[in-house]
Amino acid sequence: MTAGTVTPYQPDQQAERDGFWSVLHAEWTKFRTVRGWVIGTIVAVLVTVGLGLFAAGASSSSCQGTGGGQARSGQGCFTAPPVGPGGEAVSDSFYFVRQPLAGNGSITVRITSLTGLLPPANGNAPGGPNAPIDTRPGLVPWAKAGLIISGGTTPGSAYAAMMVTADHGVRLQDDYTGDTAGQPGAVSPASPRWLRLTRSGDTITGYDSADGTHWTGVGTVHLAGLPSTVQAGLFATSPAWQAISQNFGGGENGMVAPSQDTAVFDHLSRSGTWPASAWAGGIVDAADGSGAGGYHQAAGRFTVTGSGDIAPVVSGQAGDAGTTVTQHLIGTFAGLIVVIVIATMFITAEYRRRLIRVTLTASPRRGRVLAAKAIVIGAVTFVAGLAAAAAAVIISAQLAHARGAYVYPVPWPTELRMVAGTAALIAVAAVLALAVGTMLRRSAAAVTVVIVVIVLPYILGAASILPVGAADWLLRITPAAAFAVQQATPQYAQVTAIYSPNTGYFPLAPWAGLAVLCGYAALALGLAVVLLRRRDA
Amino acid sequence: MSQAVPAGQPGLSGLRRPELAGLRDPLHAEWTKLRTVAGPAWLLAGTIAATVAVGAAATAAARCPSGTACPVDTTKLSLTGVQFGQAIVAVLAVLAISGEYSTGMIRITLAAMPRRSAVLAAKAVLIAALVLAAGAIAVAGSVLAGRILLPGHGFTAAHGFPLESLAYGPTLRAAAGSVLYLVLIALLSLGIATVVRDTAVATGVVLGLLYLSPVILPAVTNPVWSHRLERYAPMNAGLTIQHTIGLRSLPISPWGGLGVLAAWAAAALLAGGLALRWHDA
Repeated sequence: MTAGTVTPYQPDQQAERDGFWSVLHAEWTKFRTVRGWVIGTIVAVLVTVGLGLFAAGASSSSCQGTGGGQARSGQGCFTAPPVGPGGEAVSDSFYFVRQPLAGNGSITVRITSLTGLLPPANGNAPGGPNAPIDTRPGLVPWAKAGLIISGGTTPGSAYAAMMVTADHGVRLQDDYTGDTAGQPGAVSPASPRWLRLTRSGDTITGYDSADGTHWTGVGTVHLAGLPSTVQAGLFATSPAWQAISQNFGGGENGMVAPSQDTAVFDHLSRSGTWPASAWAGGIVDAADGSGAGGYHQAAGRFTVTGSGDIAPVVSGQAGDAGTTVTQHLIGTFAGLIVVIVIATMFITAEYRRRLIRVTLTASPRRGRVLAAKAIVIGAVTFVAGLAAAAAAVIISAQLAHARGAYVYPVPWPTELRMVAGTAALIAVAAVLALAVGTMLRRSAAAVTVVIVVIVLPYILGAASILPVGAADWLLRITPAAAFAVQQATPQYAQVTAIYSPNTGYFPLAPWAGLAVLCGYAALALGLAVVLLRRRDA
Repeated sequence: MSQAVPAGQPGLSGLRRPELAGLRDPLHAEWTKLRTVAGPAWLLAGTIAATVAVGAAATAAARCPSGTACPVDTTKLSLTGVQFGQAIVAVLAVLAISGEYSTGMIRITLAAMPRRSAVLAAKAVLIAALVLAAGAIAVAGSVLAGRILLPGHGFTAAHGFPLESLAYGPTLRAAAGSVLYLVLIALLSLGIATVVRDTAVATGVVLGLLYLSPVILPAVTNPVWSHRLERYAPMNAGLTIQHTIGLRSLPISPWGGLGVLAAWAAAALLAGGLALRWHDA
């Protein structure tokens, strides 16, 4: 055989492209002409929306006679928390010693002590939440006091605050979710802390110092839409004390009872225009009347006592009367199972009907066939998943609202991420099912493998069966990690709470979790291509 | 499965004395079908391996540090693998009937044995017996793994956790009940697959029916509905048989829960029998 007598078949670029398009078109035709698969896709959308509606419809209804925005909690009605500038539910309750500040200016203070009172360790504070809590000295880790510049005294106002905390040193916090660390260490008369806040337009800068002469900038925050006259001054607040018993499955809030803290300030100095002549003290928020606190001023010393928190509300804790958008997306599991069945059949049916031989004869480049199938099934299920997730979120929210159930507000980018992420989750799971179906060729095995690796770790992890460490690992390394895209409330380092899978908190960030599933799908698809090429059809 | 060699030649004897055959010929035929393909044996072995492995892994992950109260149902924990093993059992049972539909074998089966309910009954008896045997091994292995692993992780007698033992009434009930649970899951799957016929769809329906209720339960905040789900969903109700502590706070009694699952299985088999009788194969 001499060179030149054999000319290998070399399709030109155009034919190459046409080739892939025609394979893609062939696969699309196969999908849309099988009535069961089209009906199945519609069923997947319907069950996803339907189960979401069931979850929303079967949620707790409102308090009788109080109307929307209220929901029934363990003992009675609970008041919907205010909404912060970022669109999330916040708690905004503290004792505020304030004066208006017109325009730009700054305020500086020295804080010499932070002490507090905790409820008794073994039972509820006597007399309920309104009773004075004179029980035992101590501080919760995030008891805080310092300087605050706030857009107003309405709960949920924009703010920036420089504070000392019990266990987390000096912090600059803003708009409930922002949190920047300053000097570490606890405050005491022997080691006081100096704090300063400077306002310039919408920009507020926080400084701290150990001696009042050497200042360090902690951070700068921008508060959009801050009014020209703001409220500025001293504050103190202390989050509820929680007896978290780290038990199996994640832990439980044993008892939750209010705590309070007291801070001593001196060397207060100001610059800028402060039109009022005296300081005014008052409790911010306390919509339920549970706020406590007061202040005392003598010889340049301010003693401020407060109770509550300025922080985002963390959902999913014990006694939580609200629901999250995640619960409205619970139907994803049902839709996912239907989609996995369809995606598996998309390839196993070819083996069963021997159509695969025709398919591979018509387009002998096998990797390409599988790629076309993956694109078709991925695109179809993504669109179906997007429609289903959007409908589930929108309609369930309406239903929950109509029933007066409280749904935690989420910022719109989060809601968008949850809907788009759910669609991506379903599409990637479909591609995984297609790949596993190609590898195993058997419907039953492939369907079971994919459902079990995606759904079972979620059940084991989120339903309190496994110890929390094992649950965390399961939701990190199995395809079930992808459900992190449905997490509604982020985990806040500055709020003490139980963050575990069974309260709705995943160990991975949303897109990182989805990336785990994508990794499995890519790996399976690669193996499927190798096997498809090597084995006889 | 191949070690059990049938005695005599029932096929021939069945031909000679059809009136005496009863369920014996269908049973023999189904047994031959099951033991001459590799799938069922692998699936049964997989059920045992997966159940024991997942149970042992869950047990190994548990810790009871000294000085803390661990309100842990150690028996239930060591039987965690049943939740995984049931998926393989479901596949075995689904394939027993849907495999015949996908290959067209069902027509030969029904031509040879026109009494369709007898065919289904024979399949049910065989699958139940096989799952009973495999389930017993799997559950015994899980309890043994718990017995070996638990004391090393702080679950000691000094802590109020005596060694896992089948001599202890509630543990025996949980273990025996878990075996029965697997059998009932197999019968439920067989019934559903007989109605649905397609392998992939039947597998999806069975696994959806089992796994969806524990997934959506936390999202249902209405106590009336969550109580209903806990009482009447097949997996939630059936697995109450595994509880050995806190029995008073269970939504349904252990045997009552298993009874609910038995009702599901009976209904599925009945529906399967009717579908088999009424539909063309």
